[in-house]
Amino acid sequence: MEKHCTDSRVKGVSTGTTILAAIFDGGVVIGSDSRASMGGEYVSSKTINKVIQVHDRIFCCMAGSLADAQAVIKSAKFHLSFHSVQMESPPQVIAAASVLKDLCYKNKDELQAGFLTAGWDKKNGPQVYVVSLGGMLISQQVTIGGSGSTYIYGYVDAKYKPNMTKEECLQFATNALALAMGRDNVSGGVAHLVVITEKGVEHVVVPGDKLPKFHDE
Amino acid sequence: MAVEYDGGVVIGADSRTTTGAYIANRVTDKLTRIHDKIYCCRSGSAADTQAIAEIVAYQLGFHSIELDEPPLVETAANLFRASCYRYREELTAGILVAGWDKRKGGQVYSVPIGGMLVRQPVSVGGSGSTYIYGFMDANYKPGMNKEQCMEITAAALSLAMERDGSSGGVVRLASISEEGVERRVILGNQLPKFSTH
Repeated sequence: MEKHCTDSRVKGVSTGTTILAAIFDGGVVIGSDSRASMGGEYVSSKTINKVIQVHDRIFCCMAGSLADAQAVIKSAKFHLSFHSVQMESPPQVIAAASVLKDLCYKNKDELQAGFLTAGWDKKNGPQVYVVSLGGMLISQQVTIGGSGSTYIYGYVDAKYKPNMTKEECLQFATNALALAMGRDNVSGGVAHLVVITEKGVEHVVVPGDKLPKFHDE
Repeated sequence: MAVEYDGGVVIGADSRTTTGAYIANRVTDKLTRIHDKIYCCRSGSAADTQAIAEIVAYQLGFHSIELDEPPLVETAANLFRASCYRYREELTAGILVAGWDKRKGGQVYSVPIGGMLVRQPVSVGGSGSTYIYGFMDANYKPGMNKEQCMEITAAALSLAMERDGSSGGVVRLASISEEGVERRVILGNQLPKFSTH
């Protein structure tokens, strides 16, 4: 019997967290909860935003040590805008993911941060990338992360279908986050969701009392 | 896992026992008979749970003879709890006790590691259980009938087996009601499939 606790053993302020990204027909939804905790006993912030914009149509979600994640993202934003100026065009989503991956891989001994990168670019349309703790980079249709994600693997495997509509995907993401927040004590607060399509970016915030309620045992 | 319905209970388990990375038994039966209409689902150390189940089966059999009637599920659950709590430092055992009796019908009692006892309409346990809490919260509704309980149990176990390295093999199901015990096995290629992405 093993428990998956790697995120919640991080020292200092950690984003014991639930993050999620999913591709739908024409775009991508990326979302997270909003709780930051210290050691699983004290909620140091109820309304932290873990969905960070790194470029016009590229967003990142962070998990693990909040300090490490913020530092990496700050550096990644700089590298990405420099790259974008050099290329004279908006960066590809994989470029953003690769920059994060490089930082995580080269500093793997010191860092404890993982990322989901989701966005839209002209070449490949909507994409989702995962950079895990040691610096592996893979592309997936739907992905979840953080300590709360263990509780919703079954739900996501069962419920996600490729080529959903935007509304279906938003409902799926809201439900998944609500289920995880209901079971994981270091995830909670509000659900931050961002919808990215060719047309632009839309922020959706679902406050705690408006989250779907599920039957509790 | 175990699910109550009106008139009985449905219990289910995977069939994998591991020693480290080696699968010692890929067709394990983790649904153990304690009495005619009382079964338990074992998780944790196979040795610990087998030993406890044997002891409880003996104690319950003796108690049933003294009473001259079938034992209550709550009694079986309390016997498990007594052993699991008294020897909590030495044991690693998470047990679900489920069955049918005349007084309260179908019941599910959960005795997790540490030796707590709680009755729940639905309970999941074991290493793979963390992955299906969300699925169960979303899909279980009170008032389901036996077939629906079977389906949701098979689906939940398949999902957990797909994600947890320590779970796998076949799905063993059993339903316990006034009529008796009905056992089923669902083989790997017959398990419900979910869209792979």
